[in-house]
Amino acid sequence: MAARKIPQLICPAGSLPALKAAVDHGADAVYLGYRNDTNARNFAGLNFDHRAMVEGVRYAQTRHCQVLMAINTFAQPGRFADWQRAVDGAVDLGVDAVILADVGLLDDSSRRHPDLRLHLSVQGSATNYEAINFAHREFGVRRAVLPRVLTLAQVETVVRNTPVEIEVFGFGSLCVMNEGRCWLSSYATGESPNTVGACSPAKFVQWQKSPDGMATRLNGILIDCFAAAEPAGYPTLCKGRFEVQGETYYALEEPTSLNVLEILPEIARIGVAGIKVEGRQRSPTYVAQVTRTLRAALDELARGDQRFSVRPAWQAELARLAEGSQVTLGAYSRPWR
Amino acid sequence: MSQGFTIPSFKLPGVLSTIGAHLPQWPHSLALATALNVAARAGLLPADSLAQLADRSFVVEVLDAGGVASFIYRDGLFRPLLTAPQAPDLCFQANLSAFLQLLARQEDPDTLFFKRELSIVGDTELGLLVKNMLDAIEWPPLPRLSLFQR
Repeated sequence: MAARKIPQLICPAGSLPALKAAVDHGADAVYLGYRNDTNARNFAGLNFDHRAMVEGVRYAQTRHCQVLMAINTFAQPGRFADWQRAVDGAVDLGVDAVILADVGLLDDSSRRHPDLRLHLSVQGSATNYEAINFAHREFGVRRAVLPRVLTLAQVETVVRNTPVEIEVFGFGSLCVMNEGRCWLSSYATGESPNTVGACSPAKFVQWQKSPDGMATRLNGILIDCFAAAEPAGYPTLCKGRFEVQGETYYALEEPTSLNVLEILPEIARIGVAGIKVEGRQRSPTYVAQVTRTLRAALDELARGDQRFSVRPAWQAELARLAEGSQVTLGAYSRPWR
Repeated sequence: MSQGFTIPSFKLPGVLSTIGAHLPQWPHSLALATALNVAARAGLLPADSLAQLADRSFVVEVLDAGGVASFIYRDGLFRPLLTAPQAPDLCFQANLSAFLQLLARQEDPDTLFFKRELSIVGDTELGLLVKNMLDAIEWPPLPRLSLFQR
C-alpha cells in the first residue's frame, strides 16, 4: 500500500537544548522566539538570544528540520519598530517562516518581505475559513494555526474551503481555548500574552505552603488550594477552582493537556498540514519525550497500516507529562450538538 | 537524554533525613556553590540571566537526605552561606531521586512540579529564571565511563 500523507510534526523550542532535542527526536519543524515581548512565551531566562538563534537555525536546517519563528504578540503603541526588527531578524537568519498575529505586522511584513512565508498564529484567532481566506488574500498567508475551539468536523470544513495550509494543536497544556481573545490574565494582572508575551506572568504568582498543602495566588487572587499530594496545574485564572453558587470546582477549565493520538488517522485523512506541540516553556526533557512519542505514532500512520492503533506505551508517556497528569481530546470531540 | 540507564524514583529511609539534618550543612553549600562557579566560568550559564541573580539568596533542600545547601550570588560569584537564611529569595525542595532525575534530564521540572515532587517557594519569577537557565545549559558530552555502559 502506498504511504499515506501525514501531517508535519511541529515542536516547541524554548532553548537551544530543547531545539536540539526536538530535531534529534524527529520533529519536522521547530518553533521558537526571541528573548523579548515579540513572542507569546516571554518568560525570564527562556528563548533565544542572537548567538543561540544562529546556532539553532543552523542545527535544525542542516538536519532537514524547518525553523518557524513566532513573532505572535501584538505590537504595542509607539513600538512598532521592535516588531519590524524581529521580522527583519528572522529574514536575515533565513528561517523557513514567521508566525504572526498582528494584522498591521502581517501587512507590513508582506509588503517589505514579499518572499517571506507567513503563518497566521493561533493568537490571530481565525476560527473560520473566511477569516483565513482574508489573511491569504490580503497578506499571502500560507498557513494558519487554528485556535482550540473547533470540533474535528469543523476543522475539516475549514480545510476544504481554503487554499491555506491548516495546522492544529496535537499535544500540550490547554489554553482556555479563546486564543487571542482571552482577557483573564489582563483582568487579574494587567498583563497578557498579547501585550507583554506572558499569560499570568511569574512576578504575580505566589505559591504559599501550609501544613495542609499549597495555595496559589495570582496578584493576590486566590486561585487554588492543593492538598499535599494532589496534582497541581499552571497558576492561571482559567485553571483555578472557584466557588460558584455554593460549589467549589474548576469553573472554567480543568488543568489537563490536549492529546490527539486517538484521532490521528482522522486528522491526517482530512488533510491537516501540521500538528503542533505546545510547550516552549517546558524543558528539553519534555520536548524529547513528546517528540519521540508523536514521531513514532506518525511514522506508524505513514506506513499506511489500516489497523493503526494507539499503543498504551504512547498514551502512558504523554499522560505522565500532561498538566494535572490527565489528557483530553478537547473541542475536537464534542459528541453533543 | 538518559540512555542506557535510568534513575528510578525512590525515597531514602526516614532515619537518613533525621541523621542528615544533624550533620553540618556547610559542605553541601560549598560543593554546590563551587559547582555553580565552575559552570559559570565555563560559560554554561548565560551572562544576562546571571546578572539577574545578583544579591539573591537560594536554598536547595534534599528532603529525604536531610541536606540543605544555601548560597548567595554576589559580585559575580556564588558564595556558600554557612547558615540557611530564614527567608531565602528562592527555595527548591525535593527528594534526592527527583533532583538526580532533573540533573540527568530524565524528568521535566514542570512534570515534577505538577506531580508535587518538586516544590518552589519564594520569588516565582526568580524560580522560573533559574529553571530556564538550567534548561538552557548545554552540558558537554559526558566521558564514556565503562561503569555506565551496558
